[in-house]
Amino acid sequence: MTTTTSSDAQVKVVKPTVASHLHDYWGRVRGGDIGSLPAVLGLIVLCLVFGIARPTFFSATNFANLFPQGAAVIFIAMGLVFVLLLGEIDLSAGFASGVCGAVMALLMADHGWSWYTAIPAALITGLVIGFVLGFLVAKLGIPSFVVTLAGFLAFQGILLVLLSGGKIVSIRETFVLSLANKNVPAVWSWILAIIAVAAYAGVQFLKVRNRAVRGLVTDPMGIVLARIAGLAVLLLVAVAVLTKERSINPLVISVKGVPIVAPIIAVVLVVWTFVLGRTAYGRHIYAVGGNTEGARRAGIPVDRIRISVFVIGSFMAAIGGIIAASRANSVDPNSGGSNVLLYAVGAAVIGGTSLFGGKGRVFDAVIGGAVIAVIDNGMGLMGFSSGTKFIFTGLILLLAASVDALSRRRASATGNR
Amino acid sequence: MAATPLLELRGIDKSFGPVQVLHDVGLSVYPGEVTALVGDNGAGKSTLVKCISGIYTIDAGTVTFDGNQVAVNSPRDAAELGIEVVYQDLALCDNLDIVQNMFLGREKKRGLVLDEPTMEQMAGETLASLSVRTVKSLRQLVASLSGGQRQTVAIAKAVLWNSRVVILDEPTAALGVAQTAQVLELVRRLADNGLGVVLISHNMNDVFAVSDRIVALYLGRTAAQVKTTDVTHSQVVELITAGRSGTIGLPPEKPAGAAGFTDITPPGADA
Repeated sequence: MTTTTSSDAQVKVVKPTVASHLHDYWGRVRGGDIGSLPAVLGLIVLCLVFGIARPTFFSATNFANLFPQGAAVIFIAMGLVFVLLLGEIDLSAGFASGVCGAVMALLMADHGWSWYTAIPAALITGLVIGFVLGFLVAKLGIPSFVVTLAGFLAFQGILLVLLSGGKIVSIRETFVLSLANKNVPAVWSWILAIIAVAAYAGVQFLKVRNRAVRGLVTDPMGIVLARIAGLAVLLLVAVAVLTKERSINPLVISVKGVPIVAPIIAVVLVVWTFVLGRTAYGRHIYAVGGNTEGARRAGIPVDRIRISVFVIGSFMAAIGGIIAASRANSVDPNSGGSNVLLYAVGAAVIGGTSLFGGKGRVFDAVIGGAVIAVIDNGMGLMGFSSGTKFIFTGLILLLAASVDALSRRRASATGNR
Repeated sequence: MAATPLLELRGIDKSFGPVQVLHDVGLSVYPGEVTALVGDNGAGKSTLVKCISGIYTIDAGTVTFDGNQVAVNSPRDAAELGIEVVYQDLALCDNLDIVQNMFLGREKKRGLVLDEPTMEQMAGETLASLSVRTVKSLRQLVASLSGGQRQTVAIAKAVLWNSRVVILDEPTAALGVAQTAQVLELVRRLADNGLGVVLISHNMNDVFAVSDRIVALYLGRTAAQVKTTDVTHSQVVELITAGRSGTIGLPPEKPAGAAGFTDITPPGADA
């Protein structure tokens, strides 16, 4: 049934220009397909406001601090994106991260495990937690809100039991401590940045070539080059700032280079973006989130997909817990508690992941996490109390959720959804 | 016109518990022809389609495909034979684009990675072979398509896999006049490309516009299998509502008493 008669019978092919590409993009935005655009704009505005109000906001030290401050929330949010893509929620992610962090810390402190066995143990704990949650949601059909609310309470209890009522377990293992507290040497910072730009450029050019060979429509070269140049400028400026000396007394100790968490975030981001965008598994996640019945009829194992997103969610929570433990140098009964979960859900939603399922990218978690880290950091610099910070963050989250809801309404009005 | 049917069902029985839904149903689908399957609500059209597509297993009867007797026990069996069903609700994902929807669940891969260029090319060729020119870009989200375009995508998805028989469940039910014409034209083109097409429809205009044969179901029995040119509008309506029309159709029911019924028809009202 694929008998093409002549090339003019092909679907109308119009070679897009830079102008038409931008026009199409604007059309999609107006049609309600806005992605993380509001978050990016918001991030720029927030940075400018804080930078003008408190010039130290733009100092290299403060910029470097943003990474470890936002990292744990970003990792948890990346996992939540998968859960949210199915229109589910994981309220237990915060305390799951605390439990996993505690497992790692206790194994190292009380049982003498080294980091290369304790970290996998924490990650496996995350996988097991996710499997249990996913199984209850997918196979028993309990709403994820209830399952993970129960998890939220139970994991808080497990954390207390593990820490025998409330002791604080400190971490001495240097590898674990370096994860959130040390920097990549300046030379390697530059090398990593250049490798990243080169790899991105390579992937982009390869994609254009592969499509051009088949006679398919390709993005205009101007847009491709602009994307690569944009990434290059961003990364190189960031590295240039971060490789400046940040120590108050450089003679005693030198502090410079990109924080180690930054490349970890980048690698995890690339891996999950690849999984979601370029594998059949990722495609099936979107399909189940968009039309569960349609996905089932297409032969997609819906239950397995549902379980798997919870596994990914809790696995990422485990990574977040490890990073949080590293940053705090310890684990205590409130690790992963207080605002961690809400910040993580907020990060995913602020970044543009829909609470209604089917729409979102892993990148949303990073950009949304950056917004939250900037608010936290900037308002702290301006001397606002925690109360004001919470109120402001809550308002931003509300704003993001309204943007999501309004863009959906807009999309359905323009026939875009 | 081929003399032998591509798909032939004979003596199909299907019960759900004590309720027998299909009695001795027969259906022949010829390549290059559109066979319209008509019948009132509850006549057994959907059940019959689900039996053909392997969602239900039949209790009795034979299914012959391409001259060989086959057993269709799962949707996968049906797909392997080349039988595809386009359901009324289309089962498309709004948040995916046309290519992604057409290959959903059967993505082309190179190793771990999705082979997007191949999929896009195949999708383009399939749409071209159906002379579909109304979509702007293959990478458009299905959400942004009109009802007729969605139907087109769902049909193209069904024919993408070298299918031999395509069953369409009320493809025009939700469409406007112009889009209905487009879809009917597409249905005709499927048959002209050599496929056996089964069209389920309530709309007599659609049935007479595109079908070559009409199969009427009445209360779970095949009332008639006729050539479209041999019958009139009103005869088909009678077949649907009464199970018979003049000399064609089911034999008249046995006189009152035999089956425990009382004839309440006013004298002279029946033909």
